[in-house]
Amino acid sequence: MKSVMSYLGAIGAAQREAMDADERVIIIGEDVEANVYGTTGAGKARAAEGDFLQRYGKNRIRNTPISEEIIVGAAAGAAMTGLRPLVDLSYSSFTYLAMDQFVNQIAKNRFMFGGQASIPVVFRSAMFYGLNTGAHHSDRPYPMYMNVPGLKIITPASPSDAKGLLRSAIDCDDPVLIFEACPLWPMKEEVEEDEYWIPLGVGRTLREGTDITIVAISGAVPEAVAAAEELAKEGISAEVFDPRTLVPMDIEGIIKSVTKTGRLVVADPAHQTCSAASEISALVAEHAWDSLTAPIKRVTTPDTQIPFSPALEKHLYPNRLSIAAAARSVLKVSQPV
Amino acid sequence: MSSQLSKEFLLEAQRRMVRIRLFDERASKMVKRGQIPGTVHTSIGQEAQVVGACMALGDQDYMTGNHRSHGHPIGKGSPLSPLMAELVGKATGVCKGRGGSLHLADFSVGSLGESGIVGSSIPIATGAALSSKILNNGKVALAFFGDGAANQGNLYESMNLAGIWKLPVIFLCENNLYALSTPAHTVTSGVIASRAAGFDIPGIRVENGQNFIEVFDAVKTAVERARSGEGPSLIEVVTYRFNEHSEGLRLGVDYRDQNEKAEWLAKDPIVLFRDYLIQESIATAEELDAIFASVEAEVEEAFEFSQSSPFPDASDPYLNLYTEPFEVYA
Repeated sequence: MKSVMSYLGAIGAAQREAMDADERVIIIGEDVEANVYGTTGAGKARAAEGDFLQRYGKNRIRNTPISEEIIVGAAAGAAMTGLRPLVDLSYSSFTYLAMDQFVNQIAKNRFMFGGQASIPVVFRSAMFYGLNTGAHHSDRPYPMYMNVPGLKIITPASPSDAKGLLRSAIDCDDPVLIFEACPLWPMKEEVEEDEYWIPLGVGRTLREGTDITIVAISGAVPEAVAAAEELAKEGISAEVFDPRTLVPMDIEGIIKSVTKTGRLVVADPAHQTCSAASEISALVAEHAWDSLTAPIKRVTTPDTQIPFSPALEKHLYPNRLSIAAAARSVLKVSQPV
Repeated sequence: MSSQLSKEFLLEAQRRMVRIRLFDERASKMVKRGQIPGTVHTSIGQEAQVVGACMALGDQDYMTGNHRSHGHPIGKGSPLSPLMAELVGKATGVCKGRGGSLHLADFSVGSLGESGIVGSSIPIATGAALSSKILNNGKVALAFFGDGAANQGNLYESMNLAGIWKLPVIFLCENNLYALSTPAHTVTSGVIASRAAGFDIPGIRVENGQNFIEVFDAVKTAVERARSGEGPSLIEVVTYRFNEHSEGLRLGVDYRDQNEKAEWLAKDPIVLFRDYLIQESIATAEELDAIFASVEAEVEEAFEFSQSSPFPDASDPYLNLYTEPFEVYA
């Protein structure tokens, strides 16, 4: 049965499913008891039916001090010894305080110890960009973690994907970082209420097209769809593809689309240098050069810090206008096939 | 507590200390002869502190360590051959040649991994204690770290979390007085063990870390406290490394005073424990000599194993990066 869920509600639903399915799943993080971020309860009131603290108790809902390094490291140690922790790090920029644990322990321990360790742990964090929270809260840092072998990275862009991908992440025996886009929090759609799993490494075509492929990531996905709708009015048929997970990456799905359209725009809210868009562009250039009829174009956030003022912030990220403009410019320089 | 220890247990303690000594002496030679790539950090001189702590734990209890990395798994009971093969980078190594000296781990004896990053494995031990607590399996975790790591912030985050959740973890500081060349007192404000007071947990300083019994008793008390649900302890053991920070390291400056060195060299933990066992009529010189001889043979066997084992197959650079095969688009 389906019901209407928000992006945030879908994350809460996946967490509840996983907590019910497996006693080894615990939730660790700042303010998780009080359901401050809305994913560990049923409603606004603490007493509301479905509140995680009431359902699972203090042994499995672990409110922590503000100590990211030990939150992340302890979750890793617990995962190496029989638990399946689900860690709520709230803001994505808080992950940096635990960088040593992510890079030197979590990503390396299984490999370095010859396969003796498995580290089934999920780290959730939210990218509060586009919401005038200033430079310390607006980060979209997934490309930094893509450069660390041993981690899996997922970036769901819809409520349905959030529920199915998070569930797969929790059930996965490897460490997974999920980057949630706050601009998508209010997004609502019909979501299957029963359990389902979306495999990591399988992208989704949101809109079929023949003239150009727009690969979009995270919060850029709905913007890419809107851009495609605009372009359709001009007679341009754009295909929109969301890889959904960045490690592993559905490069086959991307190349299949580019082989059909011959043109590629990648829309990625991360900073441009070494962005996910950069990696996707490089992979397509390496593996699908013969199919390309025009240079690839990236639509990313400029390599500058995020300003506070609403007058300065919003236009920095890929949006329907910048994505559509990029598509038009690619088509303009395109060589006849 | 120590008075209740059986003869077998005490002889096993001596055996493990001798194992560490002879293993590390051989490893040191192998580095100098080019038989081990890179370098190693030996625990020579610190055997009582290592084994006293490890033997206060049960076989199923967890342990993490640091760059001075061979003594910990040996102290916990790990067999020598796979450790030696790992130092040489062989397929039969305990980590299949992927870890090396700095990153030994033997999960079969509760060794969750040594760490080349100072202090980095302390949160891992704390997390192992968290899982013990939640799964209610009675296991205790112990984190070995040095005086250098005592100034890393993650120790205090760990002590705070373990304190509020009463986690069964022991923070064991091996204070060998120097962080590489830096005297601990020049970079450490106050006494390390006293820092426990701020977290309202026991902080014990074992002044004579060369004495197996003193270390064992202090750690055993902390282990029992942890196992009964009373939470973590910090134990600072004062000891001394007899060798250089790492084998083959040649520094222009002699940062350790010669008299200080001589004083500590006279406090060899293996000699001290041997004398104790003989004086107390627990063991005879012949019995102890036999232990030494059998460990010599064990180390020789480990060396032979490390030499005769094959190098790992280089065809899959992604082996064990994830739990499932990693597919690279080609």
